[in-house]
Amino acid sequence: MRRRTLAKGMLAAAALGLSLASAQAAEPLKIGAVGPKTGPLAGGAAVTFWPNVKLWAHDVNARGGINVGGEMRPVEIIEYDDQTNPGETIKAVQRLATQDGADFILAPYGTGFNIAAAPLFDRFGYPMVTHTAITDQTEELAAKFPDMFFTLGGAQGLVGSVVDILNELRDAGRIGNKVAMVNVADAFGIEMAEVARPLLKEAGYELVYDSSYPLGTQDLSPIVKGAKAAGPDAFLAWSYPPDTFGLTEQAMIEDLPVKVYYTAVGTAFPAFGAKFGKAAEGVLGAGGVHADGERFKEYAARHEAVTGAKPDYWASAMVYSSFQILEQAIEAVGSTDRAAVAKYIHENEFDTVIGKIRFDENNSNPAYWTVGQWQGGVFKGVRSTGREGAVPVRLKEGWK
Amino acid sequence: MDILITGLLLGGTYALIAMGLNLQYGMARIMNLANGEMLVAGGFAAFWLYNAGQVSPLLTVFLVAPLAFALNWLIYRVMLLPLVRRAKSRGQLEVDSILATFGLSFVAVGLMLMAFGGDYFSYSYLARPVSFLGDTYALNRMVAFLAAVVICGALYLWLERSRAGMSIRAIAVAPESARLVGIDVPRLAAIAFALGGAVTAAGGALISSFLTLDASTGVVFTLKALIIVIMGGVGDVRGTIVAALLLGVMETFVAALIDPGLTLAAAYLLFILILLFRPQGLFGQRTT
Repeated sequence: MRRRTLAKGMLAAAALGLSLASAQAAEPLKIGAVGPKTGPLAGGAAVTFWPNVKLWAHDVNARGGINVGGEMRPVEIIEYDDQTNPGETIKAVQRLATQDGADFILAPYGTGFNIAAAPLFDRFGYPMVTHTAITDQTEELAAKFPDMFFTLGGAQGLVGSVVDILNELRDAGRIGNKVAMVNVADAFGIEMAEVARPLLKEAGYELVYDSSYPLGTQDLSPIVKGAKAAGPDAFLAWSYPPDTFGLTEQAMIEDLPVKVYYTAVGTAFPAFGAKFGKAAEGVLGAGGVHADGERFKEYAARHEAVTGAKPDYWASAMVYSSFQILEQAIEAVGSTDRAAVAKYIHENEFDTVIGKIRFDENNSNPAYWTVGQWQGGVFKGVRSTGREGAVPVRLKEGWK
Repeated sequence: MDILITGLLLGGTYALIAMGLNLQYGMARIMNLANGEMLVAGGFAAFWLYNAGQVSPLLTVFLVAPLAFALNWLIYRVMLLPLVRRAKSRGQLEVDSILATFGLSFVAVGLMLMAFGGDYFSYSYLARPVSFLGDTYALNRMVAFLAAVVICGALYLWLERSRAGMSIRAIAVAPESARLVGIDVPRLAAIAFALGGAVTAAGGALISSFLTLDASTGVVFTLKALIIVIMGGVGDVRGTIVAALLLGVMETFVAALIDPGLTLAAAYLLFILILLFRPQGLFGQRTT
């Protein structure tokens, strides 16, 4: 009995396969996607990276596919979980290139993982449009890996904008001179703090509290208490999502009386606004988008409809834009010739959900969002290096 | 004073994390590496119920604990009992159970990813300040601490005073001899294991009110629990409580007075010192 149903099922499946095959004569484009589904970065990737992979494949296939030299080819995504382990990222890229025969590979998630995978992308000749890599070393990297592109900006830009906001508020007499700064003791946090220290000093700020904490610290109250005791006007945290949430909860409990409150990664997540509600108002964070722009609104609505979740207010749109760049370049070149696609990316401007993107001589996107702020339940971009739609910064007025 | 109380509150959190593993490792002799996943699952349940119907995590505990008890009992009967039967020595059982539960942890992470996605989950429950002796503390941490006191106290009394508790202590000390005096070792070991799972899941529900978790954070808690259990002495409830509080106070002292960056170093220093000078743990029995 069981065998017979199994046989029937197989027959049905075979028939279905045949009809599908005849309906879609064009061979799908194989696109590799590598990112963490488990491990410490999985939470961030689940907000920012994976939903966009799904959305992009959905959008492209709903249009009938990518137009490759007159033939509409749907995309087939081959996903690998790198377990937040650079070794696994490298293995997955190698596998995609040599065994799966991927036509193109989407850049992995996270700065370190992109740098780890760059030599392989380079060796196999895949153009690499990164979306979640934050680095100041674009010049060196671009020289080493000619087809590696950068979209999300660097520490100088992200930190520079924060100092710029402090300057603006101080010069207007709205805040004083004392800054408390903390950072997570991990590559990102350490680099940001090291960029920030000289910038703050140069601008004449007094660093009244400066401290780091290990990744995964379960009680951040000593840090917030220490910062509060130092009596700062501004509190800056170069933090990761779990500590962004943890620090903000403690700041709320301690009623941290600062006029400027900044936490880095995770502040732009919709979950941040959902958790803190009114207390989130006026909180500054890394990232931002032109939240009131039609293009972002339309993208956010589609993101929510297809994936069931809201995009974040920073890298989500950039991730999707990086896929659009690849898509537009393939269509324009009209073939899967990877060298030609890379060349096209170097030489042309792209129209994406984040706006127009053209790479400079260091393969970098010069115009990116740097700081956003929760205003009226939406995280709006307040500073960028040349994007339109920034709104004025407000002071943090209490935690109620 | 402020530092001491903050430290004790953190220690209470640690006690919640570690108590379940102590029951599973100390009493049922299963080194359960999937312990952290059970904690995260408890947290998920609290998050989900809170968002769906504003159910207080304190109530969720009463729902999560029996469910986790049943689930862990099943895991023990189906998956671990064959290992116990097969094992010729305690060492072999440890190796086997580590391998089996290591695999189980991957399955658990996979299931939670499927059910809830990989997103961070975090909600605000009792994130209010309370004043105590002139300083302010987070109410949710206070509540978790009180719950830890209740849970640990109840466990201690039960193990020390009740007949079932005495039998469980007997199988912790000498499983072979326990059989000779008419104790049903497999049944009690299953109960101890299930109870450990229930305590862990309840702890997860409580700490989810102030920690941000995601499907793959379990391993962090397993490691912390392991350190605390070994520091306190395997199979001793008092040891786990003392070690958890000690670790909490120590980390807070270092964070407040020296540098928050050194908390991990301090924790491991304490761990090494205890391993060097009292390898059986603070309250552990010296093995003969």
